[in-house]
Amino acid sequence: MTTPVLDAPPVLEARGLTKHFAVHGTVAAGRRLLRGRAAGPGPVVHAVDDVSLRLMPAHVTAVVGESGSGKSTLARLLARLIMPTAGDLLLGGEPAPAGQRRRIGYAKTVQMVLQDPFASLNPVHDVHYHLSRPFMVHGLAKPGADLDDKIAAALERVALAPADAFWHKYPHELSGGQRQRVAIARAIAVQPRVLIADEPVSMLDVSIRLGLLNLLGDLRDREHLAILYITHDIASARYLADQIVVMYAGQVVESGPAVQVTDSPAHPYTQLLLSAAPDPERTTPVTLLGRGAPPSAVAPPSGCRFRTRCPHAMAICAEQVPPAFPAGPAHVSSCWLLDADVPRRRSADPDADGHRPDADGHRPDADGHRPDADGHRPDADGHRPDADGDRPDLGEEK
Amino acid sequence: MSAAVSATGQGERLLEIRGLCVDYGQGPAAVHAVTDADLVLDRGEVLGLAGESGSGKSTLVMAATRLLRPPGVITGGEVRLYPGDGSAVDLLEAGYAALRVLRWSQVSLVLQSAMNALNPVMTIRTQLTDALAAHLPHMSGKQRRARAVELLAMVGISGDRLASHPHELSGGMRQRVMIAMALALQPQVVIMDEPTTALDVVTQREILEELKDLRDRFGFSILFITHDLSLLIEIADSIAVMYAGRLVERAPANALFRAPRHPYTLGLLGSFPPLHGPRVAMTGIPGSPPDLRMLPSGCAFHPRCRFAVDRCSVDAPPLDAAGGSRLAACWRLHGDGPVPPELAVPEPDLVTRSTP
Repeated sequence: MTTPVLDAPPVLEARGLTKHFAVHGTVAAGRRLLRGRAAGPGPVVHAVDDVSLRLMPAHVTAVVGESGSGKSTLARLLARLIMPTAGDLLLGGEPAPAGQRRRIGYAKTVQMVLQDPFASLNPVHDVHYHLSRPFMVHGLAKPGADLDDKIAAALERVALAPADAFWHKYPHELSGGQRQRVAIARAIAVQPRVLIADEPVSMLDVSIRLGLLNLLGDLRDREHLAILYITHDIASARYLADQIVVMYAGQVVESGPAVQVTDSPAHPYTQLLLSAAPDPERTTPVTLLGRGAPPSAVAPPSGCRFRTRCPHAMAICAEQVPPAFPAGPAHVSSCWLLDADVPRRRSADPDADGHRPDADGHRPDADGHRPDADGHRPDADGHRPDADGDRPDLGEEK
Repeated sequence: MSAAVSATGQGERLLEIRGLCVDYGQGPAAVHAVTDADLVLDRGEVLGLAGESGSGKSTLVMAATRLLRPPGVITGGEVRLYPGDGSAVDLLEAGYAALRVLRWSQVSLVLQSAMNALNPVMTIRTQLTDALAAHLPHMSGKQRRARAVELLAMVGISGDRLASHPHELSGGMRQRVMIAMALALQPQVVIMDEPTTALDVVTQREILEELKDLRDRFGFSILFITHDLSLLIEIADSIAVMYAGRLVERAPANALFRAPRHPYTLGLLGSFPPLHGPRVAMTGIPGSPPDLRMLPSGCAFHPRCRFAVDRCSVDAPPLDAAGGSRLAACWRLHGDGPVPPELAVPEPDLVTRSTP
């Protein structure tokens, strides 16, 4: 599934990117995986399956999903920190280099900001040292006045001015927001074309999050950075992003213009996310549009992976993986409900509680509320996390 | 989510915190984590306590329940619990034995990190029955086990999970177990400190709905602590906002959302991008929350406040009436200069939100 084609060529493009992690692998199997070779026999975690997306210059693409949806694995794949099991990564139309020596060139173009600025900055080094590293590693500045000027410029780009007030400070002397700004300055110091931001504001205090989001928006507008913004907070994705990509169980289920996706979500999972999101404007009681927990990533359900929680599930959902259907201008969704050719045959046995939504697949209105708001009260047992509870760790952090 | 909206003070008082002060450390270097906090929780009410990290919200409830550990020191105030039989207990004066009886049976606590709050080497059954054994010694083992099954069923977990260890449960199930444990002795007050922050948004919503149903069934009061004001507005009857150790505003949830009176509340509300409507640029609040070791003089919010006047940097404003039943601590509302129009939005009608 691809995000819609925009005018400019993409800076970074993923085609069918897939990452499987061996569950009980040996060290040798792990090494094979790191080199991107096929996983040997044995169970694997389907962390990312067949994800295609394009990052455009001067565009923020948000990836939204719950923990375990594979969004952080996708970020690491795009940053080339791990190698894919299958699929291609194209940087400016050329295949991304694989070797360790050429990785440094890739890192000059694609940079990453991590979630926790308390962990991503080294507590024994000051700001000056942190910001000197990218310039030295990439050979972009000579130590001395040249380096200092460039560091000052990098700090000013993230609105930490005057720069000399900051560069002899250690991370513990900075506030959370300032720390994350230093992390962003470090990432954009080498003038990358792509910035991958993995939950960049979720560890920060609420009142300073918007300042960071606005900074990312400025970098997009001023420096034409292509930004991948990974988040679990769909409201912040709507605020910042141009495009939203919704991931579920390692796959992209919907993508489109940010406001379009949040105002008229086409995929039942997006509808569920929106129905659960905090919303002070909500006047009616919440009606969750689906229940339960994400499936096991080791043995994902056949067909559509969301069908086990989907209130609209049909027979075909278990049989075939839904392709991306158009759901509006530049808006696609992988859901059989959008396929006009598939007869809307409901699965033979509706839920025991008889609370299937109507067969004609009513879309929720802009508020994400279904018209029949009282029809879906939780049943006593149908909506619990599955018995094995523990989902495999996909390297995501809360 | 409510039957009784009662920031109006008409409800029956259950827990009353007056002038609570908490320091970390002693002497001149002491950090004032909570200063002069007043909070009233009525019977059947969901009271939200909102604030950023370091605002003192967790310290406040840990002190009020006497769970504060050194170097935390309670330096003043009183915390009264009205168990409903006409008596009143001052929790800050109560002895250890009295506290031991009250804890869990009258006041229970649900913490954010269920993984840390649950003992990893004990089964769910053991942890559920321990509290029953300690408080209800007349119960037989069989009765306790039956009660444990009942408690798990209450939060939607099947009884065969009793033999599980915490690591075998998902994050949402662990938090449900915590809630079941908190309700084991049918307490009147359940204090929840960021109970759903570590969970995914769908799981969070499921648990909040269950909580609402349980509250309707058993009628306990909830003191719900979170940094997520947008969530609190949906679930709480009334909300108190904390900043730098002080309560800065208290109002019914809907009134607080539609017509905030304190500049910090206004800024906090403007920090949550909306899910609807046109996208407009938002600014959040400039600056960062203060370091409690170096609090600004006067009103701690004045360096970040766009309405600040001279007096704000000199005197700390008291939490005073700000129209109707509302309280706010801001000099701009109490006679210093005209009230800025942003802080004088007319209140919405205090309609009781319908109970489903």
